[in-house]
Amino acid sequence: MLQFRFHGRGGQGTVVATILLAKAFFKAGYYVQSFPLFGVERRGAPVEAYLRIDREKIWIRTNLYNPDHVVVLDKTLFFSTNVTRGLKKGGWILLNSDSFPAANDALSGYNLAIVDATRIALKHGLGTRTHPIVNTAMLGAFSKVHGVPPMDAIVGAIYEEVALRPEANMQAAREAYESVRLFDGPAGAKEVG
Amino acid sequence: MKTVMEGSHAVAEAVKLARVQVISAYPITPQTHIVERLSEYCADGSLDAKFLRVESEHSAMAALIGASSTGVRTFTATSSQGLALMHELLHWASGARLPIVMAEVNRAMAPGWNIWTDQTDSLSQRDTGWIQIYCEDGQEALDRTLQAFRLAESVNLPAMVILDAFFLSHTYEPVDIPDQAKVDEFLPPYEPKFLLDPGNPCAFNQLAPPDVYMEMRFSIQTAMQSAIGVLEEIQNDFSEIFERSYGSIEPVECDDADIILVTSGTVTSTCKEVIEKLRSAGEKVGLLKISLFRPFPGEAVRKVLSRTRKVAVVDRNCSFGSGGIFAQEIRSALCNVPDHPLVYGYVAGLGGRDITPELLEDIYWQTKNTDFPELDSFWMGIREVKDGIICSGS
Repeated sequence: MLQFRFHGRGGQGTVVATILLAKAFFKAGYYVQSFPLFGVERRGAPVEAYLRIDREKIWIRTNLYNPDHVVVLDKTLFFSTNVTRGLKKGGWILLNSDSFPAANDALSGYNLAIVDATRIALKHGLGTRTHPIVNTAMLGAFSKVHGVPPMDAIVGAIYEEVALRPEANMQAAREAYESVRLFDGPAGAKEVG
Repeated sequence: MKTVMEGSHAVAEAVKLARVQVISAYPITPQTHIVERLSEYCADGSLDAKFLRVESEHSAMAALIGASSTGVRTFTATSSQGLALMHELLHWASGARLPIVMAEVNRAMAPGWNIWTDQTDSLSQRDTGWIQIYCEDGQEALDRTLQAFRLAESVNLPAMVILDAFFLSHTYEPVDIPDQAKVDEFLPPYEPKFLLDPGNPCAFNQLAPPDVYMEMRFSIQTAMQSAIGVLEEIQNDFSEIFERSYGSIEPVECDDADIILVTSGTVTSTCKEVIEKLRSAGEKVGLLKISLFRPFPGEAVRKVLSRTRKVAVVDRNCSFGSGGIFAQEIRSALCNVPDHPLVYGYVAGLGGRDITPELLEDIYWQTKNTDFPELDSFWMGIREVKDGIICSGS
């Protein structure tokens, strides 16, 4: 079983991202379970959502404490919340950012992937100038970083589930897939993909 | 068709497939997604039902009592304070013998204000004459909702299908949505045994003096008891049509178990993993899931538990001054069995606190390592609170 935690802000589509991803993984033959942080939500406030995937039925129905990997949809959260809380060593941090974060001890032992999902969302007219919706771009980057689910499953899930402008969302996912940069550690690290 | 779906939406899907005719509801977290989805179905015409928006849960139930009296299939959903506000009319629905079906998403009672899962809301309605079925996952929530209509209509009693807040209501997982044709075969249109009919005017629910009231109550008790057998027959039909089956209870690895854990709701799934782990370490442990709480399947419970040495009941609820409510039921089911097992009660996970595999393992080891259960219910993971209310004698 693999476990993922998503960090975002209310209104960015963080919960929807995990649902789309669950549907994409299911299309690719996985058993899935996704759920939001159980609590109250406000626009702009930090939110979390979770995804478990496995080849067999998932029995566990508890909160998720030790993710294998995390996804951060908003770079301001990178420093204001502890995005590596409980994260297993060797895990990937997929970050929406236009730049490589400065050296940070908390990141040692993790792999970092950077994608400028905000620029991509704006380019494809997703959300508004002040509130771009970055979730579908992050899904494309996710597929590249983890090798799963395949892009056709991501694109299929977007096509079926996103009611508003599915084409633009699919393009954003594809562009993020192509442009995400992978590093084998924090600042000063070697680009690996 | 198998698809990834939220637990709440699985219930809404079942209600649509059941061709419900009248829905009345008042919004409350965490059941919101159920009636939200149903109102969409009513608006887009995919469900041909009357959706009544009302000013309170009390009115929601009152509206369904009226609707059901005219012989139509009815549904509502609520949680916690909303269910408590319905209390008077819950008695009315069962007393009037109306097969109303409700989805109840377990949420803690306030204060302190809390939207998270806790069974005390539904369990404090246990004596209202409603059938109560607790669900483990999204598939069971869908299937049990379909079954609830048929069961309620067979015995003329209202039924509650109960889901854990968030751990079930807000969790997405693969759910098989049955074909409409198969559901129609399983659940034909409701044929009321009596109804308000202008062509045959009569009055219902009038004064019932001592010479008739007791027989009316006995009839409810008889109908409730018969629901255990009726549900079995319904299960047989259900498994033939849909190739899935559920019991009133579900024993796992109980045959040679020295200790059996008793659970309900989503905790059961987590516990299945724990049982597997303990078994592979050589522990003789089993699990008994209780799905049907009212009527309580005492005979079936006795059959499974009588042979074991110790029973550990996990209760996400509390009857203050007594203890966990499932534990009380298990004790009373076993007390007349000679040399019955010891029953250990554990209160855990109130107000949405997580019940983790580690906590369930702790319950197992504590049960194994304690010769005799000293408390009615042991509270798991309680922290020391320095500034509590001081009462004389405490």
